[in-house]
Amino acid sequence: MESGKAVIRARPWAVACFLLPALVLLGALVIYPIGYSIQRSLFDASGDTFVGLDNFQEIFSNDSIRHALRNNLIWIVVAPTVATGLGLIFAVLTERIRWATAFKLVVFMPMAISMLAAGIIFRLVYEQDPDRGVANAMLTTVHDTFSGTSTWPDAQPRPDGPLTVQDDGSYLLEQPVTAGTPVLLPLVAVPQPELSDAEPAATAATDPGQVTGTVWMDFTRGGAGAEGVIDPEEKALSGITVEAVRDGEVVAAAKTGDDGTFSLPAEADGAQLRLASDSFTAPYNGAEWLGPDLITPAIIGAYVWMWSGFAMVLIAAGLASVPRETLEAARVDGANEWQVFRRITVPLLGPVLGVVLVTLMINVLKIFDLVYIIAPSSSQADANVLALQLYLSSFGTGADQGVGSAIAVLLLLLVVPVMIVNLRRLRRENKR
Amino acid sequence: MTATLITAQAPDPSAAGPAPKTGPRPRSLASRLASLAAGGAVRVVLVVLAVLWLLPTAGLLVSSFRSPRDIASTGWWEALTDPGQWTGANYDALLGDDTFTSSIWTTVAITVPSTVLVVVLGAAAAYAFAWLEFPGRDYWFLLVVALLVVPVQVALIPVAKLFNALGIFETTFGVILFHSAFGLPFAVFLLRNFFAEIPRELLEAARLDGAGELRLFTRVVLPLGGPAIAALAIFQFMWVWNDMLVALIFADSGSPPMTVALQQQMRQFGSNFDVLAPGAFLTMLIPLAIFFAFQRQFVSGVMSGAVK
Repeated sequence: MESGKAVIRARPWAVACFLLPALVLLGALVIYPIGYSIQRSLFDASGDTFVGLDNFQEIFSNDSIRHALRNNLIWIVVAPTVATGLGLIFAVLTERIRWATAFKLVVFMPMAISMLAAGIIFRLVYEQDPDRGVANAMLTTVHDTFSGTSTWPDAQPRPDGPLTVQDDGSYLLEQPVTAGTPVLLPLVAVPQPELSDAEPAATAATDPGQVTGTVWMDFTRGGAGAEGVIDPEEKALSGITVEAVRDGEVVAAAKTGDDGTFSLPAEADGAQLRLASDSFTAPYNGAEWLGPDLITPAIIGAYVWMWSGFAMVLIAAGLASVPRETLEAARVDGANEWQVFRRITVPLLGPVLGVVLVTLMINVLKIFDLVYIIAPSSSQADANVLALQLYLSSFGTGADQGVGSAIAVLLLLLVVPVMIVNLRRLRRENKR
Repeated sequence: MTATLITAQAPDPSAAGPAPKTGPRPRSLASRLASLAAGGAVRVVLVVLAVLWLLPTAGLLVSSFRSPRDIASTGWWEALTDPGQWTGANYDALLGDDTFTSSIWTTVAITVPSTVLVVVLGAAAAYAFAWLEFPGRDYWFLLVVALLVVPVQVALIPVAKLFNALGIFETTFGVILFHSAFGLPFAVFLLRNFFAEIPRELLEAARLDGAGELRLFTRVVLPLGGPAIAALAIFQFMWVWNDMLVALIFADSGSPPMTVALQQQMRQFGSNFDVLAPGAFLTMLIPLAIFFAFQRQFVSGVMSGAVK
């Protein structure tokens, strides 16, 4: 914009015709509201009594608003950083890939959809039940791959049987065992379908040099079997860890075989037997994404899914203007890819990264739809952010538009530095 | 609407320090194999990431074609191996529901006029800022640029009061006015910068031929401003189509646009995905179609700095 560049000496009324509609609309619906909000923030809920800065004090003393403030802080620090970081990684990784455009299209696509739709999408992703929510389905699959599923989560000691449940979830046989006398360790409550592949239980061999025994499902369909006795149709419980414990120390351990039997070396003689808890723990059900502790990180995840593409596209454009020769020269000098990235690419991209971060920060400051949609009412208070609190304070039940206006003014104050930077840059360009 | 001015700043190569020029060093077979393996790893990582990014949307799409019973009992991925689960019943039900179909029309009735209004008023003002002479021109433009980052939240309470007084609170007209006002700073900023690049000779020649201010605008500036206007129109259209907050407050709650209609469903029933999934997908249909059809304009609209 250069002053005096205007070639058209226009008639005043013509200028007015072009300019006024836009200026009137901006004046009435943007500029006047700013003034009104500032003034309104100094009055109480009814709008009649002047209360000075009390509404602002309320923002910092009211627990629920303070929580919103704290969450906003987390949002502003975490969301732009993660989205920009991912965008940078994507932009660099796709640089020399032939199908980069397809990849970018996929990552950028969420930018086109509404936060409402994204919210519904992630409500579905974060469903608690691992059979329905894809996040927990993946989490439990990974978890079970590394730590194994428990073999008999439902198995319990028979009431009035010899085993008792311990605090840590293991089952203990109080009576010390002696080598040469097979031990019977009956369990119940395993659902029939889980037993369809199990083999019939067998009585353990008698060996004076070893402690032997059987762990089995002490229940015969139809109720014909006797309690504490291995009846012909009763099934073995395999894969359970049997530990011999003396004075709180595990002296020997073995797993039950397919027929439910186990044998421990002679050291176990005189020790107590314990069935380790890992065979009986309830299955891992994934994280409680929509619960009070994880709700904010979960919503930030949805935001990152939407906005990483934005960061990626801007950074990729910046990357395209990094001179090839500089990078090649560094590689020729023996720098590896990481050094090239860290020492040359990132510093050259500095200004672009700054713009992306600031843009995302302003965007995150006003985050509303995603939080409103993803957080179920039970954890809405835990997910609260300023823009949501403003909506609730201004238009919810028991509205206090004084506090609502104060939050609005606070949001405005937070973007003023960016406003000033924008204006400075523009004036600098004018002078050129 | 907030925006940061993204002036394409080319990174300064000299900042990286001097790079002595030497001839390429011959690379050993081992290092070539290593870089080949790294390239393969990068491809695998990218494929995994792309799948990860598509998964949430795929889940919504597949879920929208499953019966409420299936949605409640098993994950959407089960339908991939069991074609018998697929059904269009959710869409039949939703499109047979008058409340929902009328919300589609409300969305169109809000989005199209807001887009037209922002383009027309924005282009007119941008033309004045770029080429017409009037006192305080630069300062007025600075004022408009300052408004780029003003959050819509600041205006919610005051404009609700104002619209109440004017009798247009909870009307489609009010929503259109609100979106137009908050779309204008970006529109004026984007178009003025583009219009200012038009060669002065073209305007002077037209002026000599006796064209007035209006004629210059419609015959020279608007046709040449096509690409920027397209980017602006697409951007504004998407923004208004996808809006929920403004509609939540200013739209007629009896016949709200799609986003608010779905949000109401959400509050009432918790997780009734047999309504929410197809509904969400229907709201995404138009934006996605525009995105894929006009990728370049959309990206340039986003990149020219507007991020509301």
